[in-house]
Amino acid sequence: MSMTIEIHKQLGAFRLDVKFQLEHGVLGLLGASGSGKSKTLQCITGIERPDEGKIIINGRTVFDSRKNINLKTQERHVGYLFQNYALFPNMTVAENISCGVHTVSDKRERTNRIGDIIDRMQLSGLEKRKPAQLSGGQQQRVALARILINKPEILLLDEPFSALDSYLKEQLMTELHTLLAEFQKDVIVVTHSRDEAYQLCDHIAVLDAGHLDIFGETKKIFQDPATRVGAELTGCKNIVKANKIGTTQIYVPDWNLILDTGRYVGEGVQAIGIRAHCFCGEISENAFDITVVEQIEQPFEWIVKFQYLGQNKETKLIWWRFAKTDKPETMPGKLGIKGKNILLLYA
Amino acid sequence: MDWYPLWNSLRIAAISCVIVFFSGIGMAYYVAKLPRIWKGILDVVLTLPLVLPPTVCGWLLLLVFGLKHPVGIFLQSIGVQFVMTWYGGIIASAVVAFPLMYRTARGAFESFDETLAWSGRTLGLSGTYIFWHIRMPYCKQGIIAGTVLAFARALGEYGATSMLIGYIPKNTATISTTVYQLWRTNDEYSAFVWVLVNIAISAVVLLTVNMLEKRGQGRRACS
Repeated sequence: MSMTIEIHKQLGAFRLDVKFQLEHGVLGLLGASGSGKSKTLQCITGIERPDEGKIIINGRTVFDSRKNINLKTQERHVGYLFQNYALFPNMTVAENISCGVHTVSDKRERTNRIGDIIDRMQLSGLEKRKPAQLSGGQQQRVALARILINKPEILLLDEPFSALDSYLKEQLMTELHTLLAEFQKDVIVVTHSRDEAYQLCDHIAVLDAGHLDIFGETKKIFQDPATRVGAELTGCKNIVKANKIGTTQIYVPDWNLILDTGRYVGEGVQAIGIRAHCFCGEISENAFDITVVEQIEQPFEWIVKFQYLGQNKETKLIWWRFAKTDKPETMPGKLGIKGKNILLLYA
Repeated sequence: MDWYPLWNSLRIAAISCVIVFFSGIGMAYYVAKLPRIWKGILDVVLTLPLVLPPTVCGWLLLLVFGLKHPVGIFLQSIGVQFVMTWYGGIIASAVVAFPLMYRTARGAFESFDETLAWSGRTLGLSGTYIFWHIRMPYCKQGIIAGTVLAFARALGEYGATSMLIGYIPKNTATISTTVYQLWRTNDEYSAFVWVLVNIAISAVVLLTVNMLEKRGQGRRACS
């Protein structure tokens, strides 16, 4: 099980250049809207035709511009979960699912497989309903049942939770996680949510304006995103320009501070990122005087926006976030940050 | 009372409605997929019979099928004559009713959610299956409305029909040409009967359209 994807396509002023390989597992395609995530999926399914490149799924070439191969969508065996699930509104749940097994000629086997997937996806009792009479979560399960019964070589999920409310989202995310583990095939999940990406994906590819910014193991990328876009998409709130001034030290012009990262700083470092929860009043490492500007209360945590004493007043406020249970009696006058928690960003 | 015009009108309207149903849907599907420039040009050509006076359509039809013109001469040589025959009325009605079917069907096709077709393709469904089982049912309301309108228009066709097939009692006479003929010959009573027949048919057609629209709204309210 593997896939090789290389896509080059010019769309007006936008250019899509994506190239990656995946041996096995769940890949998250992360990126802001308009970064080319959905276009990439559409090229894999054959909805869009790349200008150049090749797409190989489990050893089968479905597209190769040099060899002039361009299989029809029907022949690619790619399962695609659309953002709005794309259930056929005129058909019942059972009819929708049976569209996934229409090529199976044996009627008994067809009925067996439909019954089987309806049980597995907990859809019994809903067979005769129309899609419009189902909740968002049920619609998603029908769409997944219809795709899985078709036995696709690879599964593409286009923002699977964007149409659901947040309560349902968390519940379905765990369900989907179990399902994907059972599916045992390659999956690409398009998302702009770092929580979804972190929970579902073994690997992450970050797209920025049509090109691949980072590609790697999910945990490693969250630990060390290495680029500004990566830091932003993994939820880092404080990203600021920085220059190397010593083996382990960097100077942050906006804050007028020198920070010690405690590790070797590469020559090409352009910025640093500090996650909002990494500041602490009790750390003496990189501790500097601050002034609190704003405090925002959230259900389970506080967000405090502050500036360093010597900071240029025109520059952005710094975010500090902590759980309500950790709220100090009085606001500390100094905040520290461990060197290892300073993300070094090279692009 | 001679009921031939009713029967003749109904068969002309029914046959031309079948022709218009398939050709209208076919053209609508084809045009909806074209690039914008071609869409614009073809749209004008295909809608023209709706805005032209029916007599102009009739004149143009005579220009093609007239017995002194090449196409008419050729058709006559193989034994087909659209001038002054009842089945010539099918041509006249179909041409005039076509834009109604075409435009309503095109509107319906353009509102179709293409992701449905794509999800069908990813499941391996053939283009034909998608067209008949997904696209057509989705656009059902618009297509039925277009069909009913086309049928009503074909049934009431007068101008192009009278130019192409004239009025021959028990041969090319339709309801509309009969009403004109009876009024011209001062047979007020018979003319009045035919007017009542015409009103009755039109009322049934309009009722059908309204019922279909209501059903459509009810369904949309559910979703």
